[in-house]
Amino acid sequence: MAAEAHTIDALGQFKLTTALGPLGASVNFTQSNLMMVISGLLILGLMVLGARPQAVVPGRLQALAEMAYEGIRKMCIDQIGDEGKAFFPFVFTLFMFVLIGNLLGLLPFSFTYTSHIAVTLTLALTVIVLVTVVALRIHGLHFFSYFFPPGAPVLLAPIIVPVEIISYLSRPVSLSIRLFANMVAGHVMFEVFASFILMMAASQALGSFGVIGAVGPMALNVALMGFELLVAFLQAYVFAILTCIYLHDAVHLH
Amino acid sequence: MRPIGLLTAAAMSVFTSVALAAEAKEGMPQLDFKNVLLKSQVVWLVIIFALLYVLLSRWALPKIGTVLEKRASTIEGDLNAARGAKASADAAVAELTAKTREAHAGAQAAIANAVDAAKAAAASQTAMLTARLDAQLAEAEGRINVARNAAMGALRQVAAETASVVVTRLTGVAANASAVDAAIGSALTARGLA
Repeated sequence: MAAEAHTIDALGQFKLTTALGPLGASVNFTQSNLMMVISGLLILGLMVLGARPQAVVPGRLQALAEMAYEGIRKMCIDQIGDEGKAFFPFVFTLFMFVLIGNLLGLLPFSFTYTSHIAVTLTLALTVIVLVTVVALRIHGLHFFSYFFPPGAPVLLAPIIVPVEIISYLSRPVSLSIRLFANMVAGHVMFEVFASFILMMAASQALGSFGVIGAVGPMALNVALMGFELLVAFLQAYVFAILTCIYLHDAVHLH
Repeated sequence: MRPIGLLTAAAMSVFTSVALAAEAKEGMPQLDFKNVLLKSQVVWLVIIFALLYVLLSRWALPKIGTVLEKRASTIEGDLNAARGAKASADAAVAELTAKTREAHAGAQAAIANAVDAAKAAAASQTAMLTARLDAQLAEAEGRINVARNAAMGALRQVAAETASVVVTRLTGVAANASAVDAAIGSALTARGLA
């Protein structure tokens, strides 16, 4: 107790280990991937079980599934236009995968796969590659006019074009770092405040005052949990809506 | 977004000061690119995400889509049925109104006919009665005339006899019948009874 009370291991929670015993270890299946599988099963379970009653007046689970379906579908169509229907399954998968990942990560002893830059960057790169492929397929080489907005003075082209290209290329970076940083920050704060609780309660110098004082960081963690629930939804929403906005650009060019 | 950004910044500063001090020897596990688990995590992520996408787009999402479509068509069908019912109800009400109006008009016509017939019957009966009364009146007047003429005839004889008797009593002489008759005749003429 005393030994670990002196250090705050805020980053240990992000360390990857193998899951599912020797079988998982043999294929380097990490606990992060296990959480991905669990969240995938939860998403599939929600949608399939939610669709099962086929009730005209939905029950709770069906209402939840329909709310997710219609909300994201509406977002796709609002942001992208009628073409958005084609991208709805992708945006839905992305949103639910990030959202459930964020939420599962808030459970004690679980793992937040969205707190890994490798994961968020992979998702963001998928989005950017999709956006670029869609734009090239719809507009062909005309797509490159995206980097020089119509009506801009030609003299400014040497400035505008590099700026536009850099802003285009920085999309996956901002998209992935935003989600990653939000998740890491939240979980580091959880860990730090939780360590404070233990340190104060176990402190020899503070004695029983430490136990009373430990209520402070405990309360902070409770408040933080509410805040992190908001962040979990918000970041998933931001990820999905930015994907929609990029897709809109790809479909309509500006 | 601003408070989140601030909190992120605050958390990052905590994380750099506290965590980096403690973990300086290892750094962030997320940035440990030499770790084979970091790469395998991404490989598994791609597999799981692709599988999830395929299962959702081919299997799970269409199920919800069908439920929503079914609901929309059910509601549409119910609304159409309700509209149909309303239309037929409106038609029935219109028909009822028309029938009522028609019956009303028919009744009015029947009443008018009956009144006219009754008036005609009453008029003809009145005419018949008047004719009969007129005939009876005429007959009665005829009878009265006959009786009066008869009475007038008798009056001359009664007056002659009365006058003869009065003359005989007063004079003791039998009255001259022709003179009496002439006097009566002039008297009657003077009174307008001859």
